[in-house]
Amino acid sequence: MEKFTVHAGRAVPLCRSNVDTDQIIPAEYLKRVTRTGFDDALFKAWREDPEFVLNDKRYDGATILVAGPDFGTGSSREHAVWALQDYGFRAVISPRFADIFRGNATKGGLLPVQLEAAEVVELQRICTTDPTAELVVDLVEREVRAPGLTASFEIDDYTRWRLMEGLDDIGLTLTHEADISTFEASRPTWLPATA
Amino acid sequence: MGRTLAEKVWDAHLVRSTDNEPDLLYIDLHLVHEVTSPQAFDGLRAAGRKVRRPDLTIATEDHNVPTTAGPITDIVSRTQVEALRTNCEEFGVRLHPMGDASQGIVHVIGPQLGLTQPGMTVVCGDSHTSTHGAFGALAFGIGTSEVEHVLATQSLPLQRPKTMAIEVEGALPPGVTAKDLILGIITQIGTGGGQGYVIEYRGEAIRALSMEGRMTVCNMSIEAGARAGMIAPDETTFAYLENRPHAPKGADWVEAVQYWRSLATDDDASFDKVVTVDATALSPWVTWGTNPGQGAPLSAAVPQPRDGADERALEYMNLTAGTPLRDIAVDTVFVGSCTNGRLEDLRAVADVLRGRQVADSVRVLIVPGSVEVKEQAEAEGLDEVFTAAGAEWRGAGCSMCLAMNPDKLAPGERSASTSNRNFEGRQGPGGRTHLVSPAVAAATAVTGRLTAPADL
Repeated sequence: MEKFTVHAGRAVPLCRSNVDTDQIIPAEYLKRVTRTGFDDALFKAWREDPEFVLNDKRYDGATILVAGPDFGTGSSREHAVWALQDYGFRAVISPRFADIFRGNATKGGLLPVQLEAAEVVELQRICTTDPTAELVVDLVEREVRAPGLTASFEIDDYTRWRLMEGLDDIGLTLTHEADISTFEASRPTWLPATA
Repeated sequence: MGRTLAEKVWDAHLVRSTDNEPDLLYIDLHLVHEVTSPQAFDGLRAAGRKVRRPDLTIATEDHNVPTTAGPITDIVSRTQVEALRTNCEEFGVRLHPMGDASQGIVHVIGPQLGLTQPGMTVVCGDSHTSTHGAFGALAFGIGTSEVEHVLATQSLPLQRPKTMAIEVEGALPPGVTAKDLILGIITQIGTGGGQGYVIEYRGEAIRALSMEGRMTVCNMSIEAGARAGMIAPDETTFAYLENRPHAPKGADWVEAVQYWRSLATDDDASFDKVVTVDATALSPWVTWGTNPGQGAPLSAAVPQPRDGADERALEYMNLTAGTPLRDIAVDTVFVGSCTNGRLEDLRAVADVLRGRQVADSVRVLIVPGSVEVKEQAEAEGLDEVFTAAGAEWRGAGCSMCLAMNPDKLAPGERSASTSNRNFEGRQGPGGRTHLVSPAVAAATAVTGRLTAPADL
């Protein structure tokens, strides 16, 4: 996956809470068997409203989404992450993320940035007032910088390292294959098998 | 220092644990369905990897499946189901396809086959995997990248979650069900209340629930933001499991039960957070908004909006604050899903519909969670009760819980649904969903308005 260190870009304010993954991408689009090409499906229902923020041409080319609390709730569909990435987003900022969405995002290199609610509101104000305002999402320093605002965020060391190196988990886990085999040998024999 | 149920299961599955890295957890059972797996199998193929433990993996077809007779006519849906069949064949994974006697919703067939057992780790590319926590398993939904990871390694790197106890005090009043309980809990703690936690449901009202009721409660843990919800295994659990096809037998059974008894949270264990819920204060519950936390007692009125999100929800739902919830008319009643598609749920619906007729204005779909549930219901004659009342009795699948198969709401249509999500468009673009228990769904079908059985 693409490495993430420091990203500078314009931001879209999505001033809604509880943005569930059914809104990010409706189930109809989950029938596809590919991993790319979901940009047309992103926020499909909301984009039918001409007033929806993504239909505002001033935000074309923006790469950071600044959303309200409880972003990515509901379904585990990783398609939500793929759709955001296919549309061009590199990072999502929110006061709180659903656990599964957060995990899915970091698997694919989309950075979930959790900030204080007041900081998110201020960022939304900044990019609403000035759609050309540039934000910097700095994973190295663990901070977000915008005109007049610097906010630090937390992310565990391991996930940060993995994103900065662009490493996928499977290769890393397979370096511990011997540990997996040892564990397997110790499992009770009465545990169920499907075959 | 004692440990909680979740901590015991976690510790028993540690392949590897070191500072500054996520724990590597072994996975005992991986459930697979057609929607979230094709890209994962593609990933395996691209990397030249195999499924490490096909014998701990099982697949079924559920999300895309039509609930009426005949093949899938939607080409995109059919392609996805065919991809699953090809992948299971190529990688040696057991599959229960449409038409098979064990086909059904992935979270209904795991317990039914006895594959879900206490103390196990269970994952699936589906957020309602939390259902299996009803057995005292640590069970949670994963994304497609994690599906590929489990297929390749039978393990997952995970940060240790925090623990939350939900202490349900007192007994549920008569006529109040497991669904009302979990909807009430989500109204109380909110859709983000469980974020970062594994919930353990505890207390008298939980112990009194059947396994099916416990599955309903754990199923909707994710709607409270918790990836997993658990209930300590007890005699109810063991009685459900004994003699199921994949349950341990003979001496193994004795050994397993002994181990399962040791899993309960120790008296001196502590939780990171404790929430108390008064079961005696609950009543039949419904949602009025567009997330599962926007709920209220059926006897109440549509509440005044507290913020912009509430206002937006009322606008989408086309509701006015102050309207009694019992005055809300519905077009469709849906009974089914991994939340409420099991035999006990269908019996509850039949108890209300027996000798009654559904309102002329209402379409009523009753969808069993699996082929086995369908056969059991028919053996009891429940299907005859449903059809005599004017409801449609369908085949097994996810059906109208999510708009991925022919069962959908039309734009503007309103439903009372026993499923788990009232999100905008969840049951079809522009559709409006009220989440309810099976008993309330059945009573609503009779009157055409949100109704509890006691109101009939």
